Amino acid sequence: MNQMPPTNQMPRMRTKRVIAQTKFETISVLRNGEQLLLSLILPLGMLIFLAKTPLLGALGLVPEGTDPLTVALPGALSLCLASTAFTGQAIATAFDRRYGVLRQLATTPLGANGLILGKLGAVITVVIIQFLLAFAIALGLGFDGPVNAFALILTTLLGTAALLSLGLLMAGTVRAEATLAGANLIWVLMAGVGGLVIAHPGEWGTVVGYLPSGALGDAMRAAVGGAGFDIKALIVLLVWGLLGTLAARRWFRFE
Amino acid sequence: MVSESALTIRGLHYSYGAHHVVDGIDLDATTGSILGVLGPNGAGKSTTISLAVGTRPPDAGQIEIFGLDPYRRHDQTSLLAGVMLQDGGLPMSAKPLQVLRHLASLYPNPLTIDELAEPLGIHEFASRTIRRLSGGQKQRVALAAALIGRPRLVFLDEPCAGLDPQARAVVHDFIRELAAASVAVVLTTHDLAEAEELADEVIVIDRGRIIAQGAPEDLRNASPAGRRLVITVDRPLDQTHRELSSTMSTIAPTSAVGSGFVIDGDLSSGQIAALCTAVAEAGLAITDIDMHSQSLADVFFELTGRPLR
Repeated sequence: MNQMPPTNQMPRMRTKRVIAQTKFETISVLRNGEQLLLSLILPLGMLIFLAKTPLLGALGLVPEGTDPLTVALPGALSLCLASTAFTGQAIATAFDRRYGVLRQLATTPLGANGLILGKLGAVITVVIIQFLLAFAIALGLGFDGPVNAFALILTTLLGTAALLSLGLLMAGTVRAEATLAGANLIWVLMAGVGGLVIAHPGEWGTVVGYLPSGALGDAMRAAVGGAGFDIKALIVLLVWGLLGTLAARRWFRFE
Repeated sequence: MVSESALTIRGLHYSYGAHHVVDGIDLDATTGSILGVLGPNGAGKSTTISLAVGTRPPDAGQIEIFGLDPYRRHDQTSLLAGVMLQDGGLPMSAKPLQVLRHLASLYPNPLTIDELAEPLGIHEFASRTIRRLSGGQKQRVALAAALIGRPRLVFLDEPCAGLDPQARAVVHDFIRELAAASVAVVLTTHDLAEAEELADEVIVIDRGRIIAQGAPEDLRNASPAGRRLVITVDRPLDQTHRELSSTMSTIAPTSAVGSGFVIDGDLSSGQIAALCTAVAEAGLAITDIDMHSQSLADVFFELTGRPLR
């Protein structure tokens, strides 16, 4: 029968379990048609569309003579993050919760913490795949704008923390159908009017700069195609990440 | 083999807000035996299981799985206890063997997939996603999920709900083999026949408390009447018919329930004929007559005043 493993092996086994969960969740995302549409086809399609049409220039969002990719690429990267960390995870987790998958996994040695770490691992894995494809497409289309790699990584990590914690908060407190509708609607709003894909001028731009979507968009535009760090936007993301994590810990229900 | 204490619960309490769902439960499960937990919906069975596996802390009371607190020492107790939840708890978009392989990877010394998939017939539907399986097929995968980590204590919440008789027989054999292999089994069920067939000991829970406890045959024998006659008629009983039941009581102890009469005692053929005549003269058509030894179902009905479902 079962032997208790020696205590000094426990941390190693915990890591192994989190990696197993990361793998399982990543494969679930990549095998799911709707998730692929949301995570890859829409953001990358948008990247190509904005780069190949004069839309951004006509709207006055890129100065005359500037490569539209300097706006389209950070916009696509932000949208990738919103798809994977927020909408995709919110919907998947909401239905896992509804079908008792979260409760079942919480009874295994993985536990609730391992489950959350596995989700985080899966989000980061999928985001890396998305970013590699987005950069490959942008380079193929002739992108040669400045990229601050450190700012990009910091933005990605803080953006993931903010969006994932808020997505899980929604999944863990609201009915699955409501999460499905709400998370998709918020995605559209973030992309359309939330400052995620393009910077909005005037007062509206200031307002959305304090929302996770606008702050992520600002920080990403600074890191890719811009000047480097947007400190204010990064701080806004950090605060949302902390608030989201605290709220999720407080209100997330496994059943 | 010497049996060992697998699960000990003392003075367990739990409330959802003002609603006291578990109200002082004591319970013991030992290796090599099957404990049946019976009770109507909302009696506190599932909450007791969820506390016992440490997914949340109790309001009061002690729980030990092989001497360890399942909430504080979840790292270790989760290796010892396997859980099959009532709603399955399986990810809908994955296929059965993928789920089992994944769960196996969470344990240090799991069973092989074939050791479970073969006897439970999971290979037959292995190419379909969980979403496309029938209720009974999902149940079999969920049972395999509970057992993959080689647990020494297994919680099965309604393991046979929705199974056809053949699948039920397979699952019953499985549960008996677990006990024979020195695993402690805690089985919640609505199905009294199942509890009578499988359980070494039964506890009956109602409104968060244990109202009866013992071997199934002891519980049955503790009941006053030996045999019971149930006459079912074609319509719900009204006031007139209830008066009829007091006439019938002159023949044998009778109660009127729903659309029928329950008569306890060892009846002679003459008495049965007289009872049927009384019913017929009241203008009721008899749709069913059943005479049996008191079962756990009757005992349950007597204790809680309501049928299991």
